[in-house]
Amino acid sequence: MLKRNIPLAIVFLTAVLLIIAFFIPHRPFGDLESRFLNWYTIVLGFTMLLGLDSLTRHHLVRIFRRTEGWFYSLLLILALVATVTLGLYSWFRFRSPFALQAPFMWLYTYMIIPLQSTMFASLAFFIVSAAYRAFRVRNFSATLLLIAACLVMIGNVPLGSDIWQGVGRLVHAVVPSVDFGAFSRLEGFAAVKDWLMSIPQAAANRGIAIGLSLGGIAMSLRIILGIERTYMS
Amino acid sequence: MNFWNRIANVDRRVLYLLLALSVALPLITKPRTTVPVSEAVKGVYDAVEALPAGSVVMISIDYDPSSAPEVQPMLIALLRHSFRRNLRVVVMGHLALGLPLADIALNQVAPEMDKEYGRDYVNLGYRPGSTALMVGIGREFRDYFQTDYRGVPIDSFEFMRRVHNYRDVGLLVSLAHGTVADYWIQYAGGRFNVPIIVGCTGVSAPSMYPYLRAGQIKGILGGLLGAAAYEQLIEHRGSASLGMPAQSWGHGLIIALLIIGNVGFLLSRRKGKK
Repeated sequence: MLKRNIPLAIVFLTAVLLIIAFFIPHRPFGDLESRFLNWYTIVLGFTMLLGLDSLTRHHLVRIFRRTEGWFYSLLLILALVATVTLGLYSWFRFRSPFALQAPFMWLYTYMIIPLQSTMFASLAFFIVSAAYRAFRVRNFSATLLLIAACLVMIGNVPLGSDIWQGVGRLVHAVVPSVDFGAFSRLEGFAAVKDWLMSIPQAAANRGIAIGLSLGGIAMSLRIILGIERTYMS
Repeated sequence: MNFWNRIANVDRRVLYLLLALSVALPLITKPRTTVPVSEAVKGVYDAVEALPAGSVVMISIDYDPSSAPEVQPMLIALLRHSFRRNLRVVVMGHLALGLPLADIALNQVAPEMDKEYGRDYVNLGYRPGSTALMVGIGREFRDYFQTDYRGVPIDSFEFMRRVHNYRDVGLLVSLAHGTVADYWIQYAGGRFNVPIIVGCTGVSAPSMYPYLRAGQIKGILGGLLGAAAYEQLIEHRGSASLGMPAQSWGHGLIIALLIIGNVGFLLSRRKGKK
């Protein structure tokens, strides 16, 4: 009984206090909020330790059991040990692991930056392959999406300006009264892209954001009122 | 298998090779391009221009090396613009792995602009806490940052003695690759009315437009294009401007492939119906 009711009461009281502090940020609520935020920060720090423990344990078990791909787990553990060692050494020697002359920064500059950038950049190849095979004009909605995507892509790069200028030259050649300079300055593709991003895209995103927020509020109320208790299991 | 079917089922390695070439060639030949400047980017430029000299610009480094090719040029351009306007820069961040990128940028730009650590800029470093920190420094910076990232007390820097909370910050810049920018807008902007501008990856930029339309942020630097346009506005071309031709060719290739793929798809479908 107590095992269930005390956590529920703590959650309820904390939430109510924080809601009051949001609207009345003065004493005593403001101070309480500040204290709670500090506690939150400390707890957040411990979650990193928890993550580290879980990650290390998982991969050590894989190494000892020689499960498939155990070699990658070994690499991960070695990389972890090397990073922590260099980080701690840099901290003691240079007062910060991120001091530019520290050995940790060597690891950061020549390992972490290229590896992370490569991982992110390799996405482009998969996107191209996926778009080529899957982005088909199967129905009206797909056609609309394809046209919008092409317009945004072309409006996002200088190639769009170049094509627009070509269109301007063509229009000027056919209808000489059309001012080429004024036509070029319109930056048609960029303007269409800006409109697509600012109006239809923003409207759709706003709808998603409102839906997410309402969902968040509903879930928060369920937790505060003790209806949703799965976090205790 | 007819021609169009073969085109539609081309080996993916051919596509990879085409993309690699279309990105690599412009990076080697380095053609000079100009990019259209959107209102969102102009908003960022105007927000920095509107600050009186000596104002504090707080830059939050909320990205890590995976997004650095897109976002790092924004940081460098923002530092250059802020230093040129004699603004004081305070750097902090929510991603521990992002902070060295700030140090790298500061060590590149500050000596060029004859700016000195502690007098013109400070790097507060990383603290855990995320949204708690955003709300907490609305009350007092020192509750979270008593020292800079090297352990030097922030009160030993003259301009930092006057910086206590958001009221002392002229402009907050979130350079982010995830949802941290949303949190800045919701917690720091919504609650403390601090003016905010956002620099983010091209993928995240669309989710920032509702905030811009609602006037909750002053401007957006979205992806490499945003960075290149900003570099153009401050008249100092950097790595974003150099990267734009590669992105341009890459987009051109994708559009060409989409057209070819769909022509093949439509022709195959028509033939199938017959």
